[in-house]
Amino acid sequence: MSEPIVHMENIEKHFGNVIALAGVSFDVRASECHCLLGDNGAGKSTFIKTMSGVHKPTAGEIFFEGKPMSFGSPRDSMEAGIATVYQDLAMIPLMSVTRNFFMGREPTKGRGLLKRFDTEEANKITVEEMRKMGINLRGPDQAVGTLSGGERQTVAISRAVYFGAKVLILDEPTSALGVRQTSNVLATIDRVRNQGIGIVFITHNVRHALAVGDRFTVLNRGKTLGTAKKGEITPEELQDLMAGGQEMAQLEGSLGGTV
Amino acid sequence: MATEATAVTDERIKDETFFARMMKKPELGAIAGVILVTVFFLFTADSAMFTLAGFMNFMSPAAQLGILAIGAALLMIGGEFDLSVGSMVAFFGLFFGACVVTFGVPLIIAIPATFVFAGIVGAINGQIVLRTGLPSFIVTLAFLFIFRGLSLVGLKWATGGSTQLRGVRDAVEGDFLAPFFSGDAFPGFFTMLANMDLIDKFKNGTPKVQGIPVEILWFVLVALLATYVLLKTPVGNWIFASGGDANAASNSGVPVRNVKLGLFMLTAFCATLVAIITVLDSGSTDARRGFQKEFEAIIAAVIGGCLLTGGYGSAIGAFFGSIIFGMVLIGLTYTQIDQDWYLVFLGGMLLIAVLFNNMIRKRVTGER
Repeated sequence: MSEPIVHMENIEKHFGNVIALAGVSFDVRASECHCLLGDNGAGKSTFIKTMSGVHKPTAGEIFFEGKPMSFGSPRDSMEAGIATVYQDLAMIPLMSVTRNFFMGREPTKGRGLLKRFDTEEANKITVEEMRKMGINLRGPDQAVGTLSGGERQTVAISRAVYFGAKVLILDEPTSALGVRQTSNVLATIDRVRNQGIGIVFITHNVRHALAVGDRFTVLNRGKTLGTAKKGEITPEELQDLMAGGQEMAQLEGSLGGTV
Repeated sequence: MATEATAVTDERIKDETFFARMMKKPELGAIAGVILVTVFFLFTADSAMFTLAGFMNFMSPAAQLGILAIGAALLMIGGEFDLSVGSMVAFFGLFFGACVVTFGVPLIIAIPATFVFAGIVGAINGQIVLRTGLPSFIVTLAFLFIFRGLSLVGLKWATGGSTQLRGVRDAVEGDFLAPFFSGDAFPGFFTMLANMDLIDKFKNGTPKVQGIPVEILWFVLVALLATYVLLKTPVGNWIFASGGDANAASNSGVPVRNVKLGLFMLTAFCATLVAIITVLDSGSTDARRGFQKEFEAIIAAVIGGCLLTGGYGSAIGAFFGSIIFGMVLIGLTYTQIDQDWYLVFLGGMLLIAVLFNNMIRKRVTGER
């Protein structure tokens, strides 16, 4: 197997006296979808925020393409090629798809005072990128507010891909979606994976994870309960791991360590 | 599932009619309003209103309001308010008047100095809003009173007790910059037109309209520039994004704070431009200048399609919104109607515009 793009070794994160992560190891390779499962409060959010540079780990190391890396801000990790699609998607409903797609990274033409937003080029790229993802826009000026939840997710994903993400972190992209839209998003994940991008898919839905995942890591109470490859684990086992971990952690609950 | 990318069109989407497309333009309401008001006055007003002289008559106040309204519109799209613009007109007028009259500074220094001063004031406004996270509404409401009070106090101090400072016209007599900010532009062209009998003239041959009042030119220039920036530059996209959702914009790499700060300064610059024009035009500065203009500017921006919640609107809409104001303000003098209906109209227009914008917003975002 190829070298991991991002490798996180024994990551710990403490918030005051609360231990949110107690030594989590995780990696993601190119062209794979690594699912991070866990119930509410398992530390999934803290973990991806550490990965995307929002939090600095208290202990542990992050390797990016083999080199030790310390992200000071989300911008740092974005520039390195780690894109995060959060649940709120960072989209503005009143603005057109094109304007959202290029928000903060507008293509320009002309020089000096005549330097301007190249709307034609931007519209062309947006329509093209969205078509690649299987969405036919009414027009590039269509407002994002008129898109469905799944389509918005797809816009956010294709935006990250277009701007050169090597690793794509998806924070519960299917949690608020209907059946049809969920399968649309899962299909998008598959398509992005085939382009050679490493995907970290955060979910608490075992079926969604098994539908596209190559490897599965279960997180519980700030610890990993092991990583399994596709085919090595059944949905029941995965479910048990999430729930069983809960019971174990409850036994250890008096030691603290909850988020 | 639709895993393969295809170019088929979605059968559930009807072709948009021309009407539906037009409904999505933020400036539609203002343009419809201009047509409505024009039709109204065509029936009720003296025909003199729609001569060239009449046109200049209502465009002059429209222009003075409009320059403020366009600044206000951009700031509103960026998600903030500035209620102090009206008081700023008086305050910067005082600063400018004092430079010219009291200190005898030539315009080439006085004008940039006023703009720099305005930039600082606008930046203070913006910094307080951004640093405290308080609503700009309340912060600038405070400055509405502060600037008005400072103008009164400052004028009394500069003149020894009066709230008017006269003598600006004498002070700038012959200054080469004065024609850019006062009087009429292109007098030669209009004399030529009069000589060719293309426009009305007096018995002695001088044209009734001696040129285009410069504020109208500034108004058009500001409107064009603002529209260009808003629609055709990255900064324009940042303005929409900052007002639409500051957090999302910030996460996507938009420098939200700088955008908003810049917009606060821009509204201050617009107030400066209006202040300089009115001071030079009337030859005096007055602490009552720009009274309640902040409300009119915001109303014009709202008529022009700006949402009070930010993130949506247009500069060209504010342009037409201001023209509506000018037409009604001056138009009523051409009719038998009592002038004070103007205020009723003001409130009525605002109410209709807000209802209309609300509807438009739902259409744009597809809310049901």
